[in-house]
Amino acid sequence: MQNFQGVGVSPGRVIGTIRQMPKPVSEPPSGEQLAASTTAEEAVAGLKAAAQSVHDELKARADKASGDGKAVLEATALMAKDTMLLKSATKLINNNGSSAERAIWEAGASVSEMLHNLGGYMAERATDVLDVRARIVAELRGVPAPGIPASDTPFILVAEDLAPADTATLDPAVVTALVTSGGGPQSHTAIIARSLGLPAVVAARGVDEIPDGAEVFVDGAAGSLSLEPSEEQRAAALAWVENAATLAVFDGNGTTADGHLVPLLANVGGAKDAAAAAALGAQGVGLFRTEFCFLERDTEPTVVEQAAAYRGVFDAFPGKKVVLRTLDAGADKPLPFLTDATEPNPALGVRGYRTDFTTPGVLERQLEAIAIAAGESEADVWVMAPMISTAAEAAHFASMCDAAGIKTPGVMVEVPSAALTSASVLRHVGFASLGTNDLTQYAMAADRQLGPLAELNTPWQPAVLRLVQLTVAGSAEEGNNKPVGVCGEAAADPALAVVLVGLGVSTLSMTARSLAAVGTVLKTVTLEQAQELARLALSAPDALDAKAWVRAKLPILEELGL
Amino acid sequence: MPERTATIASRSGLHARPAALFAEAAGESPVEVTIAMRGEPAEDALDAASILSLMTLGAAKGDVVVLRAEGDGADAALDSLVTLLETDLDAE
Repeated sequence: MQNFQGVGVSPGRVIGTIRQMPKPVSEPPSGEQLAASTTAEEAVAGLKAAAQSVHDELKARADKASGDGKAVLEATALMAKDTMLLKSATKLINNNGSSAERAIWEAGASVSEMLHNLGGYMAERATDVLDVRARIVAELRGVPAPGIPASDTPFILVAEDLAPADTATLDPAVVTALVTSGGGPQSHTAIIARSLGLPAVVAARGVDEIPDGAEVFVDGAAGSLSLEPSEEQRAAALAWVENAATLAVFDGNGTTADGHLVPLLANVGGAKDAAAAAALGAQGVGLFRTEFCFLERDTEPTVVEQAAAYRGVFDAFPGKKVVLRTLDAGADKPLPFLTDATEPNPALGVRGYRTDFTTPGVLERQLEAIAIAAGESEADVWVMAPMISTAAEAAHFASMCDAAGIKTPGVMVEVPSAALTSASVLRHVGFASLGTNDLTQYAMAADRQLGPLAELNTPWQPAVLRLVQLTVAGSAEEGNNKPVGVCGEAAADPALAVVLVGLGVSTLSMTARSLAAVGTVLKTVTLEQAQELARLALSAPDALDAKAWVRAKLPILEELGL
Repeated sequence: MPERTATIASRSGLHARPAALFAEAAGESPVEVTIAMRGEPAEDALDAASILSLMTLGAAKGDVVVLRAEGDGADAALDSLVTLLETDLDAE
């Protein structure tokens, strides 16, 4: 039995046969000429036929896809038989005697470069042209098309790494797990796997040498792949099928074993997410990101437009709590009408609530829209500002909410200063919500988007846990029982969720797919046990130990394969 | 040669989904249709059925483009393509 070790990025234990993602299509040699037996007319006809069949295949896949994926595939299908691309390739065949493969390769390169130079959205499509080019060359050569193999029988996909475009064609009913030799915890593969709930292992060196059809065992929590699965592993995979059924359904009641209630809420980015979260049992929304309303726009949406968009989310949770975060632009989410793209340190720049300093009015109008939507809906709407650093900012935000007629203002705690002074911050608002992703980045001074700093960037860092503890202590000091929730990635990790509850956090908000796993694990511990685990994690010298020590005390994680 | 002007109505301009829908419609029309930004010489006009040409044209919302076609059915084809350009296809 041979083992391959990588990093587990999405839990699940499965046995299946593997299919390797076909190797990228190699470049036809520069200057490759038509074969002596082929005329230019024949080569052009062959190219057109290949282009047509690539078009047809992509179109057929587009017809089966939905949403954004469908739109991307439809556009890509059109590119395959695009006159601009084919005319320039035809010219190369007729004038230079190039082989059809070389001609389409060069034609694709120049079109792609043209798009790349246009920047923005066009530059993103440049890779689609290269994908189409590779498919046409594969078709001309008679080798498998690049991309996820088409199959009617389920398989485990092994690849170097997945590209965003692969998401559209990844059918979770056919692909049962993902294993990649490259990538990292923040890679595209990891994000795709988590959103689809597929077990996944990344950075598992050597897996690309495993032959197609080999039977393997994949453990997405342990981050391992084994050849020739043992009886024990077969049993574990069978058990996962049963566990997965329990872990897919959250009963809508977040509580510890001894009945300490911890409402489990969902993070959503729009009406569609909200409906899905409600169906998965979310007890409300702990983070409604409002950026979707603003992104990809050159100008600010009107109050009426905004109100309608917010209503879509509120209406999915009548009678329940929906915590809305006001516009969080800046850093990795720039907006042309609000943020300055030339800042040397965007993460430390004018972002989140701070954009109100430089562009007053946008936040005021957003609050007006929220108040209108809240007034028309039955949801219990709470509103919080991102990137609050001082009590004075909290007070100002609360007065803006009051002026707009919003009853429950709050703050995100993601800047360490807000955690350290939470008693004074909370005096002005009704609640606080810890954004653990940014809190970690700022506490550790480690850019979230940098791969080499991934080890620093984990909310298991004892320093981050200490800031959580201090925020909760500040609320106790303030004296009015003001709730402190968590709405970062940390809440979706069942082991860390237990620690957060032990630290005194009152609600946990996460991607809806994680609700059931967190709910299941939380039900196995008492509040006192959670507090004990929190003390253990705080006493650890580093993040790795904190995680290992806590996991060792929660055998249910291993049992469930989480 | 029959020609029409049209103002791009789609929020994202003439790329992404609107470009795909327009290129497909232009490809299905019985005559060859060209597209150019207003004020550009007709000989620099691009094939309206080519999604890649449309993307390199870079027409944004509010830009005015000129469509040209010749032959049987040219007028009807141009009219329906103008309607398409003047619809906000992102809103659908």
